[in-house]
Amino acid sequence: MAKGKHKLHFDREKCKACGICIAFCPANVFTVDIDYCAVISSPDKCTGCRRCELYCPDYCIFVEEDYYG
Amino acid sequence: MVKPKLMQGNECCALGALAAGVRFFAGYPITPSTEIAEIFSKELPKLGGVFMQMEDEIASLAAVIGASLTGKKAITATSGPGFSLMQENLGFAAVAEVPCVIVNVMRLGPSTGMPTLPAQSDVMQARWGTHGDHSVIALAPSSVKEAFCLTVRAVNLAERYRVPVVLLMDEVIGHLRERVVFQPDEKVVQWERKQCLNPKSSQPFEETADGIPPFFSFGGEYRHHVTGLVHDESGFPTSQREGISRLIRRLHYKITQHLSDIVQVEEFFVDDADVLIIAYGSTARSAQAAVVRAREEGKKAGLLRLITLWPFPEKEVSTAAVNKKAVIVPEMNMGQLALEVARVLPDKNLLFPINRVDGELVTPDEILSVMGRIY
Amino acid sequence: MCAVYHKYLRLDHLPHIWCPGCGNGIVMGAFIRAMEDLKYDQNEVVVVSGIGCSGRISGYLDFNTLHTTHGRALAFATGIKAAEPRLKIFVFMGDGDATAIGGNHLIHACRRNIDMTAIIINNCTFGMTGGQFSPMTPKGKKASTAPYGTVERNFDIPALAQAAGATLVARVGIYQVNLLRELIVKASHHKGFALLEVISQCPVNYGRRNQMGDPAEMLEDQKGIIKSAGLGQGLENYFGQIFQSEQPEFIEEYNKMIVQAQKKGGCDV
Repeated sequence: MAKGKHKLHFDREKCKACGICIAFCPANVFTVDIDYCAVISSPDKCTGCRRCELYCPDYCIFVEEDYYG
Repeated sequence: MVKPKLMQGNECCALGALAAGVRFFAGYPITPSTEIAEIFSKELPKLGGVFMQMEDEIASLAAVIGASLTGKKAITATSGPGFSLMQENLGFAAVAEVPCVIVNVMRLGPSTGMPTLPAQSDVMQARWGTHGDHSVIALAPSSVKEAFCLTVRAVNLAERYRVPVVLLMDEVIGHLRERVVFQPDEKVVQWERKQCLNPKSSQPFEETADGIPPFFSFGGEYRHHVTGLVHDESGFPTSQREGISRLIRRLHYKITQHLSDIVQVEEFFVDDADVLIIAYGSTARSAQAAVVRAREEGKKAGLLRLITLWPFPEKEVSTAAVNKKAVIVPEMNMGQLALEVARVLPDKNLLFPINRVDGELVTPDEILSVMGRIY
Repeated sequence: MCAVYHKYLRLDHLPHIWCPGCGNGIVMGAFIRAMEDLKYDQNEVVVVSGIGCSGRISGYLDFNTLHTTHGRALAFATGIKAAEPRLKIFVFMGDGDATAIGGNHLIHACRRNIDMTAIIINNCTFGMTGGQFSPMTPKGKKASTAPYGTVERNFDIPALAQAAGATLVARVGIYQVNLLRELIVKASHHKGFALLEVISQCPVNYGRRNQMGDPAEMLEDQKGIIKSAGLGQGLENYFGQIFQSEQPEFIEEYNKMIVQAQKKGGCDV
């Protein structure tokens, strides 16, 4: 059975620019914007490890698994 | 024929609480209130209730508040030093509007003071002991039977008004043993707290017409948040000026707009009296004896006995004081309730305080001798 | 949006008040995921918290929630549990909350072995008041009231709790989010008083004062500490579950006493 991709959801409104997701992502999916908030720059690199989601203190990030779209 | 019983004030207090529906007690041993805890430890398990001896009085009132939040009627009993420790959570109960009763069997202070000697020196502490503006109700029994009745009333008032109620017994009443008669037709009436019926149309701290919000209990059908922070009607913290003011004002008026239901006094030859004695607790017994003896001597004395100390019976005191030549306020302290009486008297020179702070009761003779100077 | 956030967080009260990179958010995230595993009816769960940054957790969680006075959370929780034993109780405290002002309540809750889960979020400081040293600030670390470094020693919370009678004791870092989630589940299933010390971080009021870098660097440091666990002293001692035993639980014992008391005869009232 073919597995879907991982889709990253990011809520910029809640981001406090702590930088944890950027530092902890093993695939360098994120970069920073002008306010030091995270930006999903390379979504295709996401391996679905969910470290960003679990370590985000502000519940900005959610990794949707098996996404077909 | 009803069989009279020889009972103690502390004993009647505990039994009154059980009769009022109290099923949770948490406390810490302290003289002269310990008998109350001992009776609860014996009786509550029989009724399926919970008795807890906590690590201190702070935890005792905390546990009482926790139990009350689940909808149980809960009480604690202590004396001066323990009452001091309880002030923190008394404020919590006031702002979070959690019904609870705190029995303070007053002993002489400050600090460890005289643990086995009576005093009435926690009157102001009961009103203003915790920080911040808040509302509280305090009652003072004058007899062993009344310790029973007023504990029932304290529980009822706490439930109806969602407020901490302090039962200010003094050591004399707490440890006094006297004849108590319960008539067969005397029934204990239980008041229940207002329940939330529809969470969609009501909020846990909403401003209702009578000022008392409906109660949402933990473990019930509706989840809510309870905090000691100033909160809005939803129960969540607010920093909106209007919301802050609305809460603090409501905490006051939910009591002040129900004075006729809360305030109780007892008059004894007041109407035609020239000299009025205003007393409460055990001191009111001496005052009553003094009135009887004065009347025998042809002196027109009368007694206004305060049953409710807080909210202060302003109207009753000022009405009773009309056309009196003097108002005597005997107290086992340096003049605490006298301050309130002075506030409502038309002429401060009418006030004659009698203050006893040696661990002895104010005697009828002392009151009569002051009366003699006036006459 | 993630379903677990919708189910267990009061989203209309977010974003929370905590600073960027605060460990409280990570702990709360692990907690709601543990709740997803536990599948309790939300109406049957009570979350109690004390005062301080960690105290605000209760307001963001969609359960019966109680934000108590400073240090007293366990005493309030004890009253709730004793009065309504069917409720599941979780108590959040900070390190100052639990070990300074609430130290007495902590040891007595352990001794009573009353069935609840206590979580001490240890960020080594009084964060909300601006970073004063707490009983958990390691000796020599700087704080707003210890500008030359603290001279006091810190508690070893698991050792304290175990000695006081807690029957499940664990220490876990926020770096170990998945272990934290598992331990919360395990602690809740445990019959008795379970205590988790969660090593957290306060990047603003503690980390900055002690040149510990940004939030990500602090988390990385914690990873290093966990990896070398057992080698050093104090906080570096152990991570994971430290102790579990079966001992009489308060509510069960109390109920036995009720049966005994009721055999003896009716109430005197």
